[in-house]
Amino acid sequence: MNTPHHDPDYNFGYLDEQTKRMVRRALLKAIAIPGYQVPFGSREMPLARGWGTGGIQITAALIGPADTLKVIDQGADDTTNAVSIRRFFERVSGVATTELTEDATIIQTRHRIPEKPLEAGQILVYQVPQPEPLRKLEPSEAETRKMHAWAEYGGMYVRLYEDIARYGHVATTYSYPVLVNGRYVMSPTPIPKFDNPKMDDMPALQLFGAGREKRIYAIPPYTSVKSLDFEDHPFTVQSWTEPCALCAANDSYLDEVITDDRGGRMFVCSDSSYCEDRRAKGHVGKELATAEALAYVGHVEGGSDVA
Amino acid sequence: MSLERVHDMNAEPDPILIAQKLTKLYGDRIGCRDVSFSLWPGEVLGVVGESGSGKSTLLRCLAGIDRPTGGEVMFRHADKPISLFDIPEPTRRKLMRTEWGIVHQNPRDGLRMDVSAGGNVGERLMDRGDRHYGKIRAAAIDWLTRVEIGEDRIDDRPRQFSGGMQQRLQIARVLVPEPRLVFMDEPTGGLDVSVQARLLDLLRVLVRDLGIAAVIVTHDLAVARLLTDRLMVMKDGAVVEEGLTDQVLDDPQHAYTQLLTSAVLAA
Repeated sequence: MNTPHHDPDYNFGYLDEQTKRMVRRALLKAIAIPGYQVPFGSREMPLARGWGTGGIQITAALIGPADTLKVIDQGADDTTNAVSIRRFFERVSGVATTELTEDATIIQTRHRIPEKPLEAGQILVYQVPQPEPLRKLEPSEAETRKMHAWAEYGGMYVRLYEDIARYGHVATTYSYPVLVNGRYVMSPTPIPKFDNPKMDDMPALQLFGAGREKRIYAIPPYTSVKSLDFEDHPFTVQSWTEPCALCAANDSYLDEVITDDRGGRMFVCSDSSYCEDRRAKGHVGKELATAEALAYVGHVEGGSDVA
Repeated sequence: MSLERVHDMNAEPDPILIAQKLTKLYGDRIGCRDVSFSLWPGEVLGVVGESGSGKSTLLRCLAGIDRPTGGEVMFRHADKPISLFDIPEPTRRKLMRTEWGIVHQNPRDGLRMDVSAGGNVGERLMDRGDRHYGKIRAAAIDWLTRVEIGEDRIDDRPRQFSGGMQQRLQIARVLVPEPRLVFMDEPTGGLDVSVQARLLDLLRVLVRDLGIAAVIVTHDLAVARLLTDRLMVMKDGAVVEEGLTDQVLDDPQHAYTQLLTSAVLAA
């Protein structure tokens, strides 16, 4: 584990203390009303909006010297965005970072929930591009607020109806809308619907930040989260015909990886930490040797020379 | 016909909709002023007048879309008259989705153009809380058939439909939750004469079969004669004459109504 150093030119956690208090007030309100979108004064951050500024501001408002931070992007700890955000917090707060889900107190994520079940006391921070699940149905913000206020959610089912009418099943695979605590319809951000069931009754606190849209929402621990569906077309998640090519897991979300220009491909865990952990415990997938030959696996701590 | 209506009125004497001195001002300009009338279940009321006479303004106030400047709209709900603009907005919106419907002149205002015909009709059922795909689809097919749209067009989008079909689809969408009251703003506007005739036929059958009350705004006196039982003539925001449709059209009393009826070309 690294022992980074807090750059004294920056306030701890980058944001000034007043801004952190503003964000925390929004967070408290969001937790008090599960699934409700709370407006907040989103700040300019040293990266473009749409690159995770909402999640970064939440993490910055929460993080303390004793925390251990994990950052994932598309499930992986070693992608560009994850590495950049992790380095950012190492520099502006000096907190410890980790890739192990169980060691982290705060996990900032884009597009995935870790495969390993989260525990009470952990906080999952999502980066949210579009917080409004009703936006595709209704362009007016004033109108969507009324629809939320009075739980007028019939239109959400039109989306599902259209999918079934056209494809025979609900073809929405990510950002699949959920009903939180039996009250607010919420967009779970672009996580695959595979992860939707993990949100239900989760022991960890889930926080959502949309920097560009200036909204924060939350799911408190042990809150009911139900994916919308029809009685005769119940909610289902994706499944794969083969296990992970690297670690042979058959319970994880798999990404397709192209291995050559002759149609070669394999399916591997999108959660890189989960996959490594399984391999360390001796699980071997049937294409692990191929992947090692391609230098696709073989992670180096520090991150700079990952293939 | 009229006698039957009188008989019906005796059977159910309470009006479904009452407007009392309804006034809507746009700044200094008058939208409509001091409009009062009652509408009984199963009755079709026509509102005629030239463009700018306040017909659409009146309709928007009656349907709960715009808040009138003065006066009151009473709607009979659960056997009690309720004042439309005294109840909370969510209740009013719920009534708008379930108890009455609005057919817009332009189908694009009343339809979701990027959603299939079945989705458009089914949305009102999903609003109501229906969560069974098979039943929603069956109801959509039933209603599309009733407005003479083939079952094979259920998954097509409205933009793939002709203007007349779009208007019939809009009518299906409005009628599927089985409202007790329907507002129509120039339902045949922009359609050619033969399509108009079929649409009028359809509306007449539907309104009579379902026994719903309707307020139809039109500038077309032929439409008014075919569809309506009673007629109100508006000019400059006020009602200048009202009565049974045949009476008003055949024996107009007010100078403006005389002008209006004489302006119609004999076919």
